[in-house]
Amino acid sequence: MLENRVEIEINQCKGCRLCVETCPTDCLVQGSAINRIGYQYVRFEQKGCTACGFCYYICPEPGAITVLRGEKKAVDHG
Amino acid sequence: MVKHAKPRAFYDEFFRRGPGEKNTTYCPGCGHGNAHKLIAEAITELGIQDRTVFISPVGCSVFAYYYFDTGNVQAAHGRAPAVATGVARAREDAILISYQGDGDLAGIGMGAIMHAANRGEHMAVFFINNAIYGMTGGQMAPTTLVGQRTLTTPDGRTAGREGFPIGMCEILDKLTAPVFIERVSLGDPGRIIRARRAVKKALTNQVDRKGFSFVEILSPCPINWKMTPVEARKWLIANLEPLFPLGSFRNLEEPPAAYGYRKPVSDQELLEIFAAEKSLNLESRRGLVEDQYVKIAGFGGQGVMSAGVLLANCAIAEENNATWLPSYGPEMRGGTANAGVIVSRDQIGSPVVDHANFLIAMNGPSLDSFEDSVVPGGTILVNTSLIDRKVRRSDVKVLYAPLTEIAAQAGLTAAATVAALTMYAAETGAVSLDTIKKVIPLSIKKKSLIDVNIKAVDLAAEYHANNLRGQI
Repeated sequence: MLENRVEIEINQCKGCRLCVETCPTDCLVQGSAINRIGYQYVRFEQKGCTACGFCYYICPEPGAITVLRGEKKAVDHG
Repeated sequence: MVKHAKPRAFYDEFFRRGPGEKNTTYCPGCGHGNAHKLIAEAITELGIQDRTVFISPVGCSVFAYYYFDTGNVQAAHGRAPAVATGVARAREDAILISYQGDGDLAGIGMGAIMHAANRGEHMAVFFINNAIYGMTGGQMAPTTLVGQRTLTTPDGRTAGREGFPIGMCEILDKLTAPVFIERVSLGDPGRIIRARRAVKKALTNQVDRKGFSFVEILSPCPINWKMTPVEARKWLIANLEPLFPLGSFRNLEEPPAAYGYRKPVSDQELLEIFAAEKSLNLESRRGLVEDQYVKIAGFGGQGVMSAGVLLANCAIAEENNATWLPSYGPEMRGGTANAGVIVSRDQIGSPVVDHANFLIAMNGPSLDSFEDSVVPGGTILVNTSLIDRKVRRSDVKVLYAPLTEIAAQAGLTAAATVAALTMYAAETGAVSLDTIKKVIPLSIKKKSLIDVNIKAVDLAAEYHANNLRGQI
């Protein structure tokens, strides 16, 4: 199994923290690094992401967050 | 596998921020981005991107056309539903989105939204209610809560001074025509996912041509509420939602009975409306050589407006396109008035005649006002019955004729503009005299005046042939 995960486009993040406060599994954290538009952007840390999509919907930026669901690896029948 | 990603109905780049930039112009934590995502998702899922026309309002979301890769029109403040009405009626296949804020929709645009809803226009209206004017810096809006501090209510809104906040869903729910009215919130992910369903339903109604659908979206404005984005969402749930209760107000399967969609008028129907049936048996349908920009100006009561309508109707009868735009003061009679008529073989964009190639000056003030605006090489027809000065310009052709006297000779001084039109036609060939005579009976309301008007045409044509032909 590949894990569920969230990809963050760091230069589209405005550091509003809505996703950080919303994530049920605390996978999103705001770092101290500053992005190109002047905000401390959010990073993804794998702590059991369920790909619920809450972060995607609470995030006001159209392309800042992409949610990926884990997939089973192709079975090698050798 | 991608589960949630930027919907395709958005542009890849948001050029407003600069080439290659992909973030919006909205403040951190703003609800517009959430609402945009829900709409873009629904457009993408319904496969309607190519036929969606998004009407952007005035407000922070004025730049929605930088975000949505759909058809876009930006409307004047509050007028998005009026513009959407026009597009919807002209393009039966279009999916109309009118996106508006609370100042735009419930303030300056209250008239436009009420009547669009009342007519049951085919559009989905997304009403972003954040209880404040955002773009202009946080002034009180019609939806501002009692007690809420804003730039213009620094000690809080009071009902006695500024009135109560307006619930648009409640008001619209009193109208017969709307098919779908729902209020949703962007307070937390659960609410946003419920909002997503309402947004999609409103657009599905457009695909199914059910009619006017209205979704009010309670949305945070952290900057003007002077809160963090996280606090603003909580404040929204705690304060806005009790006043503006969420839920479905109306969800009809079918539009109300006796409410039928009206098809756009066909070209043939238009021809009939403008009294230009083939039964006129016109001698000629001359090919128009060049586009005509005609200004007919004079006193109110001289028949300036009627002459403009007559010219436009003649042009349409000859299967050209024509527009007629009147301009007059509040006086019905006695003020100065002018009509601009454009005749073209092509579609006409704007009906405004700023620079005429033919000016008919029926009185002195009209010549004074418009002499300078005639294009070089154009023509000015001067009514010498009322104007005793000569045209000062030397780069235009001038025709002098006692139009009022010719009309009086025919038996009706008010036919002076018909005489003028006759000379215009004789001079330019833009319409034929035969057409004018055949359209006059359809264009003139008082049937007793048809004969004198036709006599005025004959006398004017005679005068032109005898006195003006070849005159420079």
